Amino acid sequence: MSDPKTMLRQRVDELLAAYDPATVSATEFLGARFDAGLAWVHFPEGHGGLGLPQEYNEDVANWLAEAGAPEPDRSRNGIGLGMVAPTIMAIGTKEQQEKYLRPLYTCEEIWCQLFSEPGAGSDLAAVATKAVLSGDTWTVDGQKVWTSGAHHAKRAILVARTDIEVPKHAGMTYFLVDMEDPGIEVRPLRQITGEAEFNEVFLNGVKIPDADRVGETGEGWKVATTTLNNERVAIGSGADREAGHIGVLAEKWRKYPAIRSEAAYHELMHWWIEAEVTRLTGERLRQQLEVGQPGPEGSAMKLAFATQAQAITGLAIELDPDHGLLYDDWTMHRPDSTDFLGRDVGFRYLRAKGNSLEGGSSEILRNVVAERVLGLPAEQRLDKGIPFKDVPR
Amino acid sequence: MTNLLYTDIEDALRESVRGAMERHLDPHSTTGIYDEPKPWEAKAWQSLTEELGVAGLLVPEDRGGVGAGPREAAVVLEEIGRAVAPVPYLTSSVIATQVLLELGESEHIAALAAGEATAALVLPWSARPGHWSPVQGTEPVKPVAGAVGADLLLIPVADAGGVQLHLVKAAETTVESLVSFDMTRPLAAVTPASGEVLATGDDAHRAVEAGLQAGAALLASEQYGLARSCLETTVDYVKNRIQFARPIGSFQAIKHRLADLYLEVTQAGAAARYAAATLADDDADKAVAISVAQAYCSDVAVHAAEEAVQLHGGNGMTWEYPVHLYLKRAKSSQLALGTPEKHRQDLGPLVNITT
Repeated sequence: MSDPKTMLRQRVDELLAAYDPATVSATEFLGARFDAGLAWVHFPEGHGGLGLPQEYNEDVANWLAEAGAPEPDRSRNGIGLGMVAPTIMAIGTKEQQEKYLRPLYTCEEIWCQLFSEPGAGSDLAAVATKAVLSGDTWTVDGQKVWTSGAHHAKRAILVARTDIEVPKHAGMTYFLVDMEDPGIEVRPLRQITGEAEFNEVFLNGVKIPDADRVGETGEGWKVATTTLNNERVAIGSGADREAGHIGVLAEKWRKYPAIRSEAAYHELMHWWIEAEVTRLTGERLRQQLEVGQPGPEGSAMKLAFATQAQAITGLAIELDPDHGLLYDDWTMHRPDSTDFLGRDVGFRYLRAKGNSLEGGSSEILRNVVAERVLGLPAEQRLDKGIPFKDVPR
Repeated sequence: MTNLLYTDIEDALRESVRGAMERHLDPHSTTGIYDEPKPWEAKAWQSLTEELGVAGLLVPEDRGGVGAGPREAAVVLEEIGRAVAPVPYLTSSVIATQVLLELGESEHIAALAAGEATAALVLPWSARPGHWSPVQGTEPVKPVAGAVGADLLLIPVADAGGVQLHLVKAAETTVESLVSFDMTRPLAAVTPASGEVLATGDDAHRAVEAGLQAGAALLASEQYGLARSCLETTVDYVKNRIQFARPIGSFQAIKHRLADLYLEVTQAGAAARYAAATLADDDADKAVAISVAQAYCSDVAVHAAEEAVQLHGGNGMTWEYPVHLYLKRAKSSQLALGTPEKHRQDLGPLVNITT
């Protein structure tokens, strides 16, 4: 076999010949794609990959898209695909990799994330949900919050406190949880938009076999960091010009001359340019990743995204006052997936408020950029080096 | 999408230019220019032109240059911005050179490429692509950048056919130095004069336009280099400045400002690179890229310099600390080749957004 690209092209053709996307179900096709090593080519053979450099994923995706083949549904299983899979691949046991990766990829099993708690938001290492080992089974009690998709998730990743006698970062452990356990109760958490995208999850005597622990006992912080780093990498992908909120607003501007004014024009152009330079920065980051030189700007770009989403949706409301005074629907829904652009302007404005909170608040991200990218000294802390049980909470 | 990364050759070029600027410039003598004006720092300029040969980057080899292009010139300008170097690179090696290139001129361009002569386009420094008028009458044109000390002046003069482009030797007219906000790129009042007519009508118009486009596109890289330097200097300062028994850089009030500035500077780098790349490729998106880069990078450079002044505390306000050199260059460059507001105005129709 000459070069990887030729080999991959051949594998893609064989896959398409054996499983015609027009006739087989998405699940069946994705399963076959996984078995052919074409799910994520940078993973090892047997786990949906072929041990090739990451850059070839783009070729495979393009060829399959041309043939009209289905992709796994990132809007429903984003946590599974973007965060759980790389974590299990990097740190999970062989058994975990064999058991979980394939159904995750085909989206037969949707995953959710049980990290945040009422008392552990920005300060994730303050989780108080307790896990106790007896024999080879853990028993978990506690409460999680801001869990998207918990109501149709089959499985979850969980960070729990396993030792209160050591400093907080050292006493956490990372688990894979079956969401069908009778000790799990999921309640919708209604947001300012009227919807309930997220849930509260109560854990009462939930049982987890020790085989579903990821990493060593007490190393949960390190494992969670792997997961969250993947969350940030997932953000910096190349997009088309006017792909986000700015595109919706620019289209409206073009369509309705009545909303235009000289002053609003300059504000619109200001945000158009901001969105464009963020797009260019994302494109450059993608090019850096392709040649194996990822830059540190990913976490900073989320700041830009949040600021722009909030400002642009606010401007969009103001531009059309008689429309901005109305709201499309306050009925409590539990949507299957999140679309920041999907509804009317009032919804988009309210939903955008979450963009500077979810996945790391903008304040925390500024600390991350300042400390890890610029190398500024850390803030003095009151919780360093003391056992978790003695930390003020 | 066009490549936004730097090549190994560009990285090496950057190292050479940075080294030359460090060897031949020091902030105290640069500040001295405000008291004893001079057109440029001779040693730094000599090093760029004679040792490194970068004045000819835009010029093809068969016309006396080195046959590189806007991407490479952008890297040189990043380093010039970083050092606030008082050298006529943007005005002579980019703008005037691009005008002559467009005309197919080969005699003078070889001299510019070799650094044996410098030239300036005689228009107010606020002129921008698509929005400039040829010189009318006999009143001096001002403020003109790059004319002080230049050997050759390219003067677009109004005539019945639109515009005539004259090449005038500096000795044949009057170039009066002006007290400039940024004395490291001194401005002048230039009295119009007739000389050799290089082009007329559309040809002349197109040449001037090409010069201004190249200038606006690549000024963004100079602004990016300046902004990046302000960020780095300031980060370094707040790491070492102790107040209340701790480095002031450990306070979130300061960290958050610098994190925001890091984002702006990073994005400015992408915008400037895109402008240089579309110029190099003569991409259909060039005009959009230039307006985006100018609108964005101008303000980022000013913001970076303003943050540097504030976060250096009282030191930033002194004549002795070089921070003010950056502020003056940044604020002045914000007005050069079109203000951000004008570029926002130009951009709208290009992307089908109009009032």
